[in-house]
Amino acid sequence: MIDIDKITKRYGDTTVVDDVSLTIPRGGVVGIVGPNGAGKSTLLSMVSRLIKANSGTVRVDGLDVTAAPGRELARRLSVMRQENYVAARLTVRDLVAFGRFPHNRGRPTREDTERVATAIAFVGLDGMADRFLDQLSGGQRQRAFVAMTLAQDADYALFDEPLNNLDIHHAVSMMRLFRRMGDQPGKTVVIVLHDLNIAATYADRIIVMQDGRVVGDGAPSEVINRRLLAEVFRVEGDIVEVDGRRLVSVAP
Amino acid sequence: MPPDRAHAVRRVTLVVALLAALSALAFMTVGVRGSWSFVLAHRGVRLAALVTVAYAIALSTVLFQTLTGNRILTPAVMGFDALFLLLQTALVVVLGGAGAGALDPRLLFSVECLIMVGLSGLLFRLLFRGEGRNLPLVVLAGLLFGALFRSLASFLQRVMDPNDFLVLQGRTFASFNVVDPALIGVAAFLALTATAVLLPRLSELDVLVLGREKATGLGIDTARLSAIVFALVAVLVSASTALVGPTTFFGLLVANLAYLMVPSARHADVLPVAVGLAVITLVGGQMLLERLLGFGTALSIVIDFVGGVVFLLILFRAGRR
Repeated sequence: MIDIDKITKRYGDTTVVDDVSLTIPRGGVVGIVGPNGAGKSTLLSMVSRLIKANSGTVRVDGLDVTAAPGRELARRLSVMRQENYVAARLTVRDLVAFGRFPHNRGRPTREDTERVATAIAFVGLDGMADRFLDQLSGGQRQRAFVAMTLAQDADYALFDEPLNNLDIHHAVSMMRLFRRMGDQPGKTVVIVLHDLNIAATYADRIIVMQDGRVVGDGAPSEVINRRLLAEVFRVEGDIVEVDGRRLVSVAP
Repeated sequence: MPPDRAHAVRRVTLVVALLAALSALAFMTVGVRGSWSFVLAHRGVRLAALVTVAYAIALSTVLFQTLTGNRILTPAVMGFDALFLLLQTALVVVLGGAGAGALDPRLLFSVECLIMVGLSGLLFRLLFRGEGRNLPLVVLAGLLFGALFRSLASFLQRVMDPNDFLVLQGRTFASFNVVDPALIGVAAFLALTATAVLLPRLSELDVLVLGREKATGLGIDTARLSAIVFALVAVLVSASTALVGPTTFFGLLVANLAYLMVPSARHADVLPVAVGLAVITLVGGQMLLERLLGFGTALSIVIDFVGGVVFLLILFRAGRR
């Protein structure tokens, strides 16, 4: 369980994340949505200990993320952020192999090699395992980084806007992949998303953020309604039901 | 790593090691006249100094580039060796020529080394503070800092007591041609100590190539690792600068050649080749200039010319991306 307790982040006078408390139990896919600047990415960064909170604590399976040993945490929690630039010339296989580092400290076993190959196949890059990252398209590189997260095999996988750079075909196959990850026993996927419809289609639970606070939390059918569109996203639109899913149709 | 790539890495390492050994052999034996024992002893000291310098510069440059996540900046480009020069000058001013002259040069060097670790740590934090750092700005700031330190050092040298200046000159006159033999032992010891601290952390450094955030996500205490590696860089820069003085583009040249030649991003693969290339350039280059060209020109000028061209090429390539 990820236990976020009264966490706050300020930059100067601006409060980006304001006294947020959340619990994310094991299992399933959780989508975090909200307008630009709502504090979604900042929240994710604090959970994954990339930035420090001004106050409040985050515990992952009872471990305080600011105090627990990095290696211990890296086996429970993985994170993929938006910027994915690497200065060194690495092949896809090199990159994905780094995902095994928390487990093998840089000394790969036969099992590690197999897991790396499986992860690469999982994201559909099998034919390109020995290509260098700078020879890949933006979307392929994105998938390579997802494969690294897969190889890390943490119980909680956090993704910050993983669908950037992806066309609809790859966005959908990526979300299906996250769905499969979240359906494995004991695995939890937390994704920051822009697209409400994608969230509604693939997430078990949607957390809505606005101005640094959580303003909605529940199953997609509970959260997505006209009031959410009007008050949080400030657009006029309708909610349409397709195959029992609530989708957003924005007025032209 | 696939076997053919591992094979390629081994081949490159072997060729570079062989050439480095040949350079050293040629440096010791080409053009010997008169007493062999005298010449060998004399050249042996210089060879030891050049190899130590090559080792320190190659290592510090690659480590620094891993820490900063780019391949344009080096400790020398960022003005760290100029900082050491300023430190040497300031210390003579403070202690007085007689005071500094009376001290064991090794003790003085150790003190300078310690202060250097502290000061360069401050400078590093100043330049690389914050998340959104701007590479051209950092390059510019580094060049400016370098110029500032050099000017401050030469200003101090101008206003200091002429007797103190003589003492200082004796200590900072070092170049590839004239090394200070008293310091070779200490410098080599420091370089070896740095290696011993480094070896168990090589695989963590490999992960650091992915950037601070990804390394943190993979369970590395990046703040601690950076602090350790940065202290090592400062010590290595002190060692090389004390022996031969500032070397603006040398590190950049050998590090980038090594990245080009080694088809792997692992430090365990890149570092030995970078060191080998540094030895070939320094020892082989010095031998060629001294024996074949008769001291016609200084090696540092040749290296800075070639290195400067490489620097510009990389800068232009980075700008186009």
